[in-house]
Amino acid sequence: MLNPDSVGRTFHGAKSFPVTASDIAAFSAVIGEEDLSVAPPTFSIRISLDQSQELLTDPQVGLDWSRLVHGDQKFEIFRPIVVGDTLKCSSTIENYKVVAGNEIVTVRSDLLSGDELVVSTWSTLVVRA
Amino acid sequence: MVHLGGAGMINVGEAIPERVFWIDRELLKKYADASGDQNPIHQDEAFAKSVGLPDVIAHGMLTMALAGKYVSDWAGGPATVKEFSARFVKPVIVPANKEVDLTISATVAEIEDGKVRLNINATSEGVKVLGMAKALVVKS
Repeated sequence: MLNPDSVGRTFHGAKSFPVTASDIAAFSAVIGEEDLSVAPPTFSIRISLDQSQELLTDPQVGLDWSRLVHGDQKFEIFRPIVVGDTLKCSSTIENYKVVAGNEIVTVRSDLLSGDELVVSTWSTLVVRA
Repeated sequence: MVHLGGAGMINVGEAIPERVFWIDRELLKKYADASGDQNPIHQDEAFAKSVGLPDVIAHGMLTMALAGKYVSDWAGGPATVKEFSARFVKPVIVPANKEVDLTISATVAEIEDGKVRLNINATSEGVKVLGMAKALVVKS
């Protein structure tokens, strides 16, 4: 179970994610996108989900990632991600509830290039009972 | 009715032509590598069945990435998407040695300040897989 004290807390990821041409090319190839001048709209999930996993499975927070299902996803894209961006991710557990034994947690991740907010993304994750 | 930067007239309620994407196990592997999501429910049939799934299922985010491609192709490229959201209501089931469809369509829900809000429909084998799927785009 998630530690209720972690709800509302913001975790500033220590890692930086340099965006390379090959990262964008690989993601674009899966969906058949030939315009490689910017990253596809959902590309940031590659960074935010990794960061969320690290945050939520920390023993202090305590989510069981092995029984996790992705419930919904939202992106606000202030500008497209481009090659050369070095992104840092801050994640906040915005909401947590338990419904019929299932844990439902909403995490907001802000991807920043320096001080510039590039993408905000919300993932609702469900840990099945 | 609004005229948007040479794109012609767009009407609220207008339907955007349906398009079919095909998903197979090979695409799931490619998406796993490109996204970093190596959850075995998307690659390993025995594992997927052991956790109560009917078969290997596609990443919800692959479904959403393909819906994003559909939307951005209509709007004028990957830089046009400003907001994008969806609920994963049913999995796309991907049996071995088979291509399954992801059939996507959309309608124009709202036009505001040069931006177009779309309601997106996505089904696989006739089953709705995305719920409340919406995108806000700048149509070029």
